Amino acid sequence: MIAFNKYYNKFNILSLSLVIVSLLLLLFKGLNFGIDFKGGTLIELRSTDTKINVSSLRDNLSQMNLGDISVKNFGNENDFLIKFENNENKNVIEEIKTNLDKSFGNNFNFRRVENVGPKVSAELLKSGVIAISVALGLMLIYIWIRFEWQFSLGAIMALFHDVIVTLGLFSLLGLEINLSIIAAVLTIVGYSMNDTVVIFDRVRENLRKYSDIKIFELTNISINETLSRTLITSITTLLALLSIFFFGGEVLKGFSLAMIFGVIFGTYSSIYIANTVLVRLNVSQKTVIRGDDKN
Amino acid sequence: MLYFSKLRIIFITILSLFFILIASSNFFQSNNGLLSKKINLGLDLQGGSYLLLEIDNKPVIEQKLQNLTATIRNYFKDKNIKVTNFKLIDQNLFFSSDINFRNVILEEFQSEDSKINPYYQRFKSHQLDILVEDDLFKVSYSKQGIVNLKASSQDQALEIVRRRIDEIGTNEPNILKRGNDRILVELPGLDDPMRIKSLLGKTANLTFKFVTNKNEDSFGSEKLVFEDGSEEAIVSKRIILSGDNLLDAQPRMNSETNETVVTFSLDRVGAKRFGKATSNGIGKRLAIILDGKIISAPVIRDTIATGSGQISGGFTFQSATDLALLLRSGALPAPLNIIEERTVGPDLGQDSINAGMIALIIGFVLVILFIFFKYKIFGVITNFTLILNLIILIGILTLFEATLTLPGIAGIILTVGMAVDANVLIFERIKEELKDEKNNLIAFDSGYTKSKTAILDANITTLLAAIILFFMGSGPIKGFSLTLGIGIFTTLFSVYFIARLLTVLYVSKNKDKPGLI
Repeated sequence: MIAFNKYYNKFNILSLSLVIVSLLLLLFKGLNFGIDFKGGTLIELRSTDTKINVSSLRDNLSQMNLGDISVKNFGNENDFLIKFENNENKNVIEEIKTNLDKSFGNNFNFRRVENVGPKVSAELLKSGVIAISVALGLMLIYIWIRFEWQFSLGAIMALFHDVIVTLGLFSLLGLEINLSIIAAVLTIVGYSMNDTVVIFDRVRENLRKYSDIKIFELTNISINETLSRTLITSITTLLALLSIFFFGGEVLKGFSLAMIFGVIFGTYSSIYIANTVLVRLNVSQKTVIRGDDKN
Repeated sequence: MLYFSKLRIIFITILSLFFILIASSNFFQSNNGLLSKKINLGLDLQGGSYLLLEIDNKPVIEQKLQNLTATIRNYFKDKNIKVTNFKLIDQNLFFSSDINFRNVILEEFQSEDSKINPYYQRFKSHQLDILVEDDLFKVSYSKQGIVNLKASSQDQALEIVRRRIDEIGTNEPNILKRGNDRILVELPGLDDPMRIKSLLGKTANLTFKFVTNKNEDSFGSEKLVFEDGSEEAIVSKRIILSGDNLLDAQPRMNSETNETVVTFSLDRVGAKRFGKATSNGIGKRLAIILDGKIISAPVIRDTIATGSGQISGGFTFQSATDLALLLRSGALPAPLNIIEERTVGPDLGQDSINAGMIALIIGFVLVILFIFFKYKIFGVITNFTLILNLIILIGILTLFEATLTLPGIAGIILTVGMAVDANVLIFERIKEELKDEKNNLIAFDSGYTKSKTAILDANITTLLAAIILFFMGSGPIKGFSLTLGIGIFTTLFSVYFIARLLTVLYVSKNKDKPGLI
């Protein structure tokens, strides 16, 4: 048996600092919102001429008065991703096409064009925030129905930890937040909850079974009993996600990366946050038996 | 938990075979109703254009209030009440009247059988709200009035958008209402939406008006610029003809001038009015105005009684074709703005399909290998179940002809990764049970029973997340929530029916074998 409980305090301090650092990052550095949430235009280009590179493209486009423009490689040398702030000009894509053809010859393939107006991006951001809030709320209600309040608190703290730290990491690394990241965060919420619930289920079962074991010890037993399942499921999920990350194409990179972070944090938080809340609230056999009576 | 009746075994087998059959229909052509079903590819996979259009109702409201001016004036004139000082400010119409008539006017607007302010019995609301302060009235659209106006302009705009897109002849466009002032257009296979965008961006409000000299026109006049920006002209506000009177419009090559023109023919009313105007106005210039800009303003040389004519204005063949198309399909009730556009080229779509498939296969193989090494014979059962799970998932998507997006493929891969969770929970539990219980059958039975709540909890939480995503998410994200959500059901089915059945069959043959798992 691994003595997970020996490190409860240390990891609580670590998690607390991670959450604080993440919140500070979110507050001061902020998130790198993509055009879905900020509005603007995105163009994915493929050039057939290998002489064209990021700097020559950037020099050329910066003469067009597109405002704050970002040009970078996307996946490989000949693919470029161009992004710029929202532009009132309706024909901007046509103008860029004409301009590029004039400067570099007809060597471009416009693989993807996305244009999100300020109104739509504000709505998307709002509905994304609502979606995550509703998800957290529903999880809270679900777990509140299923378990005693001490367990709910533990699960929700674990959830908030996972969401905040994942977003903090995105802020730290300056990774782009777009619609698919919202989907990833919601899936992380589901996964983290899933993981926590499986361990909690065992904790509750053991609480009923043993009246003489303290919660500090009992959580450790429960974690160990469910450990192989926790690991196997994390590994298979990570195998699937790594496969998406490495082979699923550029579009899914951000999504799978967020999920990979989320699965790792989710597994960790089920052990070191959800359970320590139970320990700190000094949950005992009485807690679950009172809960049984209530039901 | 271990007992299966014969009936149930037959049912499970038939259901599985049914979905395998449906899933297979993606790979061959068939005319059979059920087998002709296929999974739709989302725009991000097959390439295409997604446009979200917003109707700008402000000009419509202002126009309607402007038109109301004459109605109100005439209506009260008949009642010998003088209303004056009409002013349109910020979607409010102001006017004033003698303070003695105040209550009479209010009554005319607020009675349920008002002639100038329609009352919607169903919504218990008038079309217009009226406020009065001293002798100054303020008329504006009521909440319900706005709702009705938006609904009608959305209906009209949808119709016109459909006609314009149908004229271009893209394959299977999807044109839908969104909210009360938006229209969603999905154009599969279209990789350059430039032309459609420019066609949808035009209101195509065509009018014919006389060019006049300064301010001598009783209808009022306005200064308009030419389309090419070359000059300005003052035109009367009186409309001789509008696009509504058009029957047909076609691009033509004028053989005399060697110029591309748009020829048009008018309906009976239009022909009459055009004939009259051209006979009265010989020598005058007739301005042809599209969306507030003059295309051309030819001098009338002769009466045109045939009800047909032509518009020239330095067109290229393309621009003449587009103008003719716009005129044929009619004017939009209000300007449309493209507030969101997402276009994916076909080769990126194909790349995404390839990448998604490779990721799926590699992810699948890795998971299968891992599970096999972990559980051996039960790994084989789990893996077999996993494959069936995937096929059933594809079968269900096919049955409902669901739309598969790239995030949708990610959802399937994730399902593969998470689907083993239920089996793992069960097998790990059985292992624990076997520590105390030597009878394989009893251990397996209690393993299944005791892991049930955890499995249910785990799947319900993921399902909740998927449901929220489905209702809040848009486009590709919906595709993700769909595959993730359906994946949960197929997983539960395959774990509790297929995997359990196979496990039971194996265990009952090896009842007394120690170290079974």
